[in-house]
Amino acid sequence: MPDFILDVQGLETTFKTPDGVVHAVNGVSFGLAEGETLGVVGESGCGKSVTMLSVLGLIASPPGKVVAGKAFFSGQDLLKMSNEEIRHVRGAQIAMIFQDPMTSLNPVLTIGKQLEEPLILHIGMTKNQARERAAELLSMVGIPNAKDRLNDYPHQYSGGMRQRVMIAMALSCSPQILIADEPTTALDVTIQAQIMDLVKRLRDELGMAIIWITHDLGVVAGLAQRVLVMYGGYIIEESKVNELYARPEHPYTIGLLGSLPRVDEKERTKLYSIEGQPPVLYQKPNACPFAPRCKWVLDHCWNENPPLLEVGPDHRAACWVDTRTGRHR
Amino acid sequence: MSNVKANNKDTLLQVNDLVMHFPIYRGVIQRQVGAVRAVDGVSFDIERGETLGLVGESGCGKSTTGRTILQLYRPTAGTVQFEDVDLVHLKGEELRKTRRKMQMIFQDPYASLNPRMTVADIVGEPLVVHEVAKGKEIQDRVQHLLEIVNLNPSFASRYPHEFSGGQRQRIGIARALALQPSFIICDEPISALDVSIQAQVVNLLEELQEQFNLTYLFIAHDLSMVKHISDRVAVMYLGVIVELASRDELYAKPLHPYTQALLSAVPIPDPVADAKRQRTILQGDVPSPANPPSGCRFRTRCPIAEAVCAESRPEFREIKPGHFVACFFAERFL
Repeated sequence: MPDFILDVQGLETTFKTPDGVVHAVNGVSFGLAEGETLGVVGESGCGKSVTMLSVLGLIASPPGKVVAGKAFFSGQDLLKMSNEEIRHVRGAQIAMIFQDPMTSLNPVLTIGKQLEEPLILHIGMTKNQARERAAELLSMVGIPNAKDRLNDYPHQYSGGMRQRVMIAMALSCSPQILIADEPTTALDVTIQAQIMDLVKRLRDELGMAIIWITHDLGVVAGLAQRVLVMYGGYIIEESKVNELYARPEHPYTIGLLGSLPRVDEKERTKLYSIEGQPPVLYQKPNACPFAPRCKWVLDHCWNENPPLLEVGPDHRAACWVDTRTGRHR
Repeated sequence: MSNVKANNKDTLLQVNDLVMHFPIYRGVIQRQVGAVRAVDGVSFDIERGETLGLVGESGCGKSTTGRTILQLYRPTAGTVQFEDVDLVHLKGEELRKTRRKMQMIFQDPYASLNPRMTVADIVGEPLVVHEVAKGKEIQDRVQHLLEIVNLNPSFASRYPHEFSGGQRQRIGIARALALQPSFIICDEPISALDVSIQAQVVNLLEELQEQFNLTYLFIAHDLSMVKHISDRVAVMYLGVIVELASRDELYAKPLHPYTQALLSAVPIPDPVADAKRQRTILQGDVPSPANPPSGCRFRTRCPIAEAVCAESRPEFREIKPGHFVACFFAERFL
């Protein structure tokens, strides 16, 4: 598919643990179009972060292992690249920002040094050029007195400012894709709003594609154009953003949306709750991984794990049941 | 400070001008050089059977307020009346006895349960400490408590690490219920849990409230969950309450600029509604509570601040029945 700048096919990643091999990602396929913002939603352990780390060759091996799949980026398979080759892609063409801005920054180097490093390494700037560009980047992400603050250390920045630094660093080499792994989860709501506002502005200015990983369906609603919902290492629903929130098809997505209280809700109703808890998969399941928690479950769900089925225009869900009728699709 | 009291009602807890300063020591002789003004003059009432939500961003003093109410920290100033007993001046055995009626559920279900104790020991410990049950009776009470929080009683001999986050939080809730308290402080009880598990725990808390006529102080930073569970909501910023009103009133018509900004920053899980909203994006960060701004605490980030805001602290006043706000210009939004 030539219209995707990132095309992931059949990705599988496992981890060896003392209790057995955990199947963290089980055949995940998705594409990312140029300039598109893709939301990836799921709870902890659903494989959303591992998927992206696998694509970038950042899975520690052992215990982790990418056992199958392809990930095409500008015609090249990232999973076949040597460490040296993928280092040139990572940070330069595909950049990533992480949840915790404190642990992602080196505490003993100044902010300036850390910002200059990728510029010197990837683009080959001189020290002075890098210094100047670093100051530009800092002011681009809204840090006042950028030139002076280059000499500060990470602990002198607040949480929100550190996340701004991470964004500046990620954007320093003008990447085509920005992968953001829960970048606002550790932040307060008013700071989260600042960061999201910044990301939207930069996206419009720079035209990069974004993959935004989060557990918060609210955050994705205001940002993404398309959403993937993950559960137990599978993509279980994939749709345009408006369609997903208006007509969720998979029982898990329906449950997740129903379990969220809203600040704009009028009546107080009992929250819908999904009983039980997310699975840890020691084997690839033959049944639907959500079956034990599903209230629409049919006999067939225990016998065959559903693939992603077309349920509407640009809308796919991995479920045998039509939840409106309760019958097999 | 105005008297924040709702009349003709059965008041369970009355907090008046509560102040909690943590001293900062420096130098060789450890001289006190300042104080972190974590809670700086907070007043509110809680009625029997109601849930008061206390929201604010990290570091605003909401958890410290909860702990100071229970006398886990002894307050610098102010009073806390619980069922007509002044907790601040209670000591030793008297305080211990009163504490039976007040319990706490903690944020982190991984850190608030002793990993070396079995579930039975954890849930039964309050019964032993307060000497309200012995021997076989403790076992029976523990089994019953586990049933109440929807845990299989046969899990009693297991250890905390064998449970998931949601199950651990249920153990914490069972422990809090052991002494049949009338008042429970829930300090961010769900923020460490996964989304699909949060609803389970909140529903359980609501059922228990109805069953045992419990009164909650629900501390959280998640405004949508606070709206869901609370009858009235107080909003804190940098050690002070800036607004207090019934949940419907506060969320429909917030009068303090901070509350307005906070509400507009909460993402709504609905792309259509989200796109229609007007957002107020606050600039900058929360100042340090060791050196808070003069006058109104919020003035450094406030979109409508004027000179007067730096000069004096706005009174926490009742602008209409049951709606309190600490802002000089709140009338503009009426």
